[in-house]
Amino acid sequence: MTKNIMIVGVGGQGTLLASRILGNLTTSLGYDVKVSEVHGMSQRGGSVVTYVKYGDKVYSPIIDKGEADIVLAFELLEAYRALPYVKKGGKMILNTQKINPMPVITGAAEYPEEIEKKIGEKTDLTCVDALSLAKQAGTIKAVNVVLIGVMAKNTDIPYEKWIETIKTTVPAKFLDVNLAAFDLGYNL
Amino acid sequence: MKELMLGNAAIARGAYEAGVRVVASYPGTPSTEITENIVKYDEIYAEWSPNEKVAAEVAIGASIGGARAMSCCKHVGLNVMADPVFTVSYIGANGGLVFCVADDPGMHSSQNEQDSRHYAKASKILMLEPSDSSECKEYTKIAFDLSEKYDTPAFIRLSTRVSHSQSVVELCERKNDELKDYVKDPAKNVMMPANAKKRHVDVEKRIADLVEYAETSELNTIENNGAKIGVITAGIAYMYAKEALGDKVNYLKLGMVYPLPEKKILDFAASCDTVYVIEELDPYIEEHVRALGVKVIGKEAFTLLGEYTPAMIKKAVLGEDAPESAEISENIPVRPPVMCAGCPHRGTFYVLKKLGLTVSGDIGCYTLGAVAPLASVDTTICMGASVSAALGMAKARGDEFAKKLVSVIGDSTFMHSGITGLIDIVYNKGINTVIILDNSITGMTGHQDNPTTGRTIKGEPTKQVNLIELCKACGIDRVVVADPFDVKNFEKVVKAETEADEPSVIIAQRPCALLKTVKYTGHCKIGDNCRNCKLCMKLGCPAISVRDGKVFIDETQCNGCGLCINVCPFGAITKEEN
Repeated sequence: MTKNIMIVGVGGQGTLLASRILGNLTTSLGYDVKVSEVHGMSQRGGSVVTYVKYGDKVYSPIIDKGEADIVLAFELLEAYRALPYVKKGGKMILNTQKINPMPVITGAAEYPEEIEKKIGEKTDLTCVDALSLAKQAGTIKAVNVVLIGVMAKNTDIPYEKWIETIKTTVPAKFLDVNLAAFDLGYNL
Repeated sequence: MKELMLGNAAIARGAYEAGVRVVASYPGTPSTEITENIVKYDEIYAEWSPNEKVAAEVAIGASIGGARAMSCCKHVGLNVMADPVFTVSYIGANGGLVFCVADDPGMHSSQNEQDSRHYAKASKILMLEPSDSSECKEYTKIAFDLSEKYDTPAFIRLSTRVSHSQSVVELCERKNDELKDYVKDPAKNVMMPANAKKRHVDVEKRIADLVEYAETSELNTIENNGAKIGVITAGIAYMYAKEALGDKVNYLKLGMVYPLPEKKILDFAASCDTVYVIEELDPYIEEHVRALGVKVIGKEAFTLLGEYTPAMIKKAVLGEDAPESAEISENIPVRPPVMCAGCPHRGTFYVLKKLGLTVSGDIGCYTLGAVAPLASVDTTICMGASVSAALGMAKARGDEFAKKLVSVIGDSTFMHSGITGLIDIVYNKGINTVIILDNSITGMTGHQDNPTTGRTIKGEPTKQVNLIELCKACGIDRVVVADPFDVKNFEKVVKAETEADEPSVIIAQRPCALLKTVKYTGHCKIGDNCRNCKLCMKLGCPAISVRDGKVFIDETQCNGCGLCINVCPFGAITKEEN
């Protein structure tokens, strides 16, 4: 059985690192793994989507609508956009941070209201103020690892395995702040 | 040892294990990381070349010189390198020679959706197409072996989802890295008519031999599940089909997409009641299979546009719907890419928009100057076209039009193919103004060095091309350097240069905000004396928006570049240190 995790956010939020931690972790556990990333122009402040799939044998690197076991959303609007991808009985973990897209900034569109409520009506939802927790850990750049911490709690993979992978994936000079960020998310 | 590896990194690993000694490329999404990963291997000489044509020629020279060599590009890069590629097809390979080309179905980061498989057929060069990272590595090694065995260059065709997906790869040792002898052989290496006519005969024989190879090669595999439906597929589409259809169909997976194994295809088709061809973009395999007289279902069931998904294939072949999913009834605003906070191009486009100029654009981050609210770019075609197409516009519409027209082109793109357009302007008496957006790096593809940065791909210091002296040497007498964040002066410079009756170059100099050497600090803040005129919002900065009717700067998005401070007429924006 393949487990499908979708990570969505805004270019520059660090979704790539999150998917790499997940990919390395599940590989070290002996699974067949595929991680699909986005590079290039879409990374410049646009919507970014990465997929992590693991199981006995994984073919397609992408996830279709209604197939994600977990959606890890780094931003509110992107969470809403990804809602159709959560499978029946699946789960969404959502960072409550709002980043206005350019059509909202220019006034061509409005940022939808009460997104948490609307998502919560359709699927199992955990909301986190990962930005505050990341600040608490020492840098707003650690939002990604806070969210990984929250997600870790929702899997049956042991705590130590996550820590081991973070140690091998994150650059040494940022390790302490990332470990602190992970714990803040994990112990929420 | 097993490792989770990006498709592009696996190509690099395959090249390393195959004993490659020389790799030359020009960056282009989704191919860039191949060459970036090559840098990790000290045994391999690697370079960023000024453009793809130069890169291919460096690789070709290395191959003639006896080394295994490779050049990598994105699909549109192959158009630039096509000239030497078509002729080296006749020359063949001394050291194995491989061209990697990465297509971008869905256009994640490209200006068109070209299907590069047509190039294989047109240039008579064999083409392999892997479907995951493990195959990326293995096929690269096979490509080098085939190149030497059949005396031919080889293509490896990738697509975004193969290049940019990570999957598990088994690492092996490096082999075959000895330099072959170089022997002068004009009949093979000097392609003038008398020699080329003979070589063409060899090329046709080679293709016939490769068809024979394709019939028995393990690259083309049949997976018989005893089903009535057969699927012929290749590359990432194979993975989508496997996920969607499992063992409900039989598969002919083509690892080699040129030349095709005709007998194998006929035998496979004969063993099934219905045959589908599943391939993204053009009906390339489909047309070949139809030409063999096989009745297949192809593009009548699948789109010519964009990427496929397993759900799409499941619906088309089995008639099964996708699983139930939540629906959203309201419109969700799109989030297109934007220039980063602190982007030096923002100042340039703010001024060009204010002056109402026609802007001939180019390929790079600054293509985003076409997007609201800056919305100043009029045209984007291909690398370098900002300069030459602007000359064409000026010649079509006259000098008065030319004085309201500028070209914008990045430093790397200018070195790639802008310089030739500039020479054309000088030579053919144009009066155009060209703005070189010099941000000290190749930005869009993720920070690669280029001839203007003074560093090689390996980070070694090297001689730096001097843009000012270069433009002057081309015959441009008016060359001005200006900082696009000094908005007032930049506006003055653009006005003066566009109004001049002779050609000019403005070098808009300010480094990319994402460079590690750029240290903006703190963040900007709107003060109480803000009159809410919203002039700063015309910058299209992702950090500046309206909250509760008032202009607001989001400190999590702002990097403190201070451009908005320079634009505010009331001095209402100040800098606050963190």
